[in-house]
Amino acid sequence: MAKHPTPMLDQLESGPWPSFVSDLKQLAEKRAQNKEGVEFQIPSDVAEDLLGILELSYKHGRTHWKHGGIVGVFGYGGGVIGRYCDQPEEFSGVAHFHTMRINQPGGKFYTTEYLKNLCDLWDFRGSGITNMHGSTGDIIFLGTTTPQLEEIFYELTHKYNQDLGGSGSNLRTPADCIGQARCEYACYDTQGMCYDLTQEYQDELHRPAFPYKFKFKFDGCPNCCVASIARADFSFIGTWRDDIKIDQKAVQAYIGGEIAPNGNDHSGRDWGKFDIQKEVIDLCPTECMWMDGKELKIEDKECNRCMHCINVMPRALRIGDDRGVSILAGAKAPILDGAQMGTLIVPFIKAEPPYTEIKETVIEPIWDWWMEEGKNRERLGELMKRQGLQKLLEVTGLQPDPRMVQEPRSNPYIFWKEDEVDGGWDRDINEYRKDHRR
Amino acid sequence: MEYEEAKEKLVAALLKKQKTKSKFYFNDLAKILESKPRDAKKLINRMVQEQVLEYWSSGSTSLYGLSGTGKQAAAEHEE
Repeated sequence: MAKHPTPMLDQLESGPWPSFVSDLKQLAEKRAQNKEGVEFQIPSDVAEDLLGILELSYKHGRTHWKHGGIVGVFGYGGGVIGRYCDQPEEFSGVAHFHTMRINQPGGKFYTTEYLKNLCDLWDFRGSGITNMHGSTGDIIFLGTTTPQLEEIFYELTHKYNQDLGGSGSNLRTPADCIGQARCEYACYDTQGMCYDLTQEYQDELHRPAFPYKFKFKFDGCPNCCVASIARADFSFIGTWRDDIKIDQKAVQAYIGGEIAPNGNDHSGRDWGKFDIQKEVIDLCPTECMWMDGKELKIEDKECNRCMHCINVMPRALRIGDDRGVSILAGAKAPILDGAQMGTLIVPFIKAEPPYTEIKETVIEPIWDWWMEEGKNRERLGELMKRQGLQKLLEVTGLQPDPRMVQEPRSNPYIFWKEDEVDGGWDRDINEYRKDHRR
Repeated sequence: MEYEEAKEKLVAALLKKQKTKSKFYFNDLAKILESKPRDAKKLINRMVQEQVLEYWSSGSTSLYGLSGTGKQAAAEHEE
């Protein structure tokens, strides 16, 4: 018999998809039986009370969670998010139900031993409920009490060499794609850069002094598996500036059906013979490809890195050799001022350790500007909108470039300043009138 | 600004506002200290280490307050 009846939650289990309700019930039962003899440091009925309070919220149509607080580990201003329930007598198991953000390993590569250790620690000192992974990328531990926070932090850092992630007005846990570890499209070492910047900016990650959250995300290629372009304040997207490499023999093998397109992704159904004209050339957004007899040609200057042709024929077409990153700034989800995509601020820069040029000419000047000029709870993208792209170029010293123009009439206006114009604003009107009559 | 002077100035300013406000954005503190954000951060970090100030976080936004002032976590469900 469940501790709290949950008829509305039970209904959620009847759908065709896996249900978090079933997962929580399974966990509640596991903790009640405790076959492994874990000495739970927080109430063992935490999962039952979690279900109970959620059912109550459904019944009342409003939340019973209060969020925020001074909970945290000493010296860190992020990584722990205080959660309290406003029905602590009835649901004592979740009276404190704090979230901990754990900085995920690069590319989310981990060993089973590492995962087991984390889960054992969390079963022992927390609810056992995890979110793998939160939308920022962190490993999320859901639900523990205040006295457990320092204990968990000590064990994470001393036993597992594992740090907390970012929350609040901090640099959030930087996130990267799987990168060169497994992906041939990766134009730079996403994990290397993500790790380097995480180490470099520890102070920004753990001690909040920004107007609001700030996100770095690293995508190895324009496929953008981490979706950095849509949600990171700084998005680093791998690119190349020479030509796409073409293996004409492999092109013919795709045409002849010897190699399946899209890495055989569509093998579940017969889509007919591969048609390079229809499936690749006609779909190129810049129309920069054509067949010249049996040869595939690309006008590389026109290519906008949509990646479609490379994705369809990965054995025939490969990323170029002169590789680096494009940096975009100001993307964000729609909390305050609507969703915004990133704006290109650096079309191409080499991404090689120790990434000094990127740090000193892009990241740090923009941070200084945002820290001084940003309003409370204003994301970088909103500041860019408010003060203009020109201001960003001014603080970074970046040269304006047509590729920075998002679309006509959105951000292309350049206003000259007096010191940028020969002779300033003063002119000899008589001299001017010689050529320009009234 | 020297640390002790900054501490005195900040604590006095926050105590003065205590009746109406107990939590402050970082920028508010930097303004009180009349410092650039990077310089203010060094001073404020030290005040947190010495437990003169403490962090408060909603999860998305971080604020600062004098240690022990305002609504406390342990008392959040006791009012």
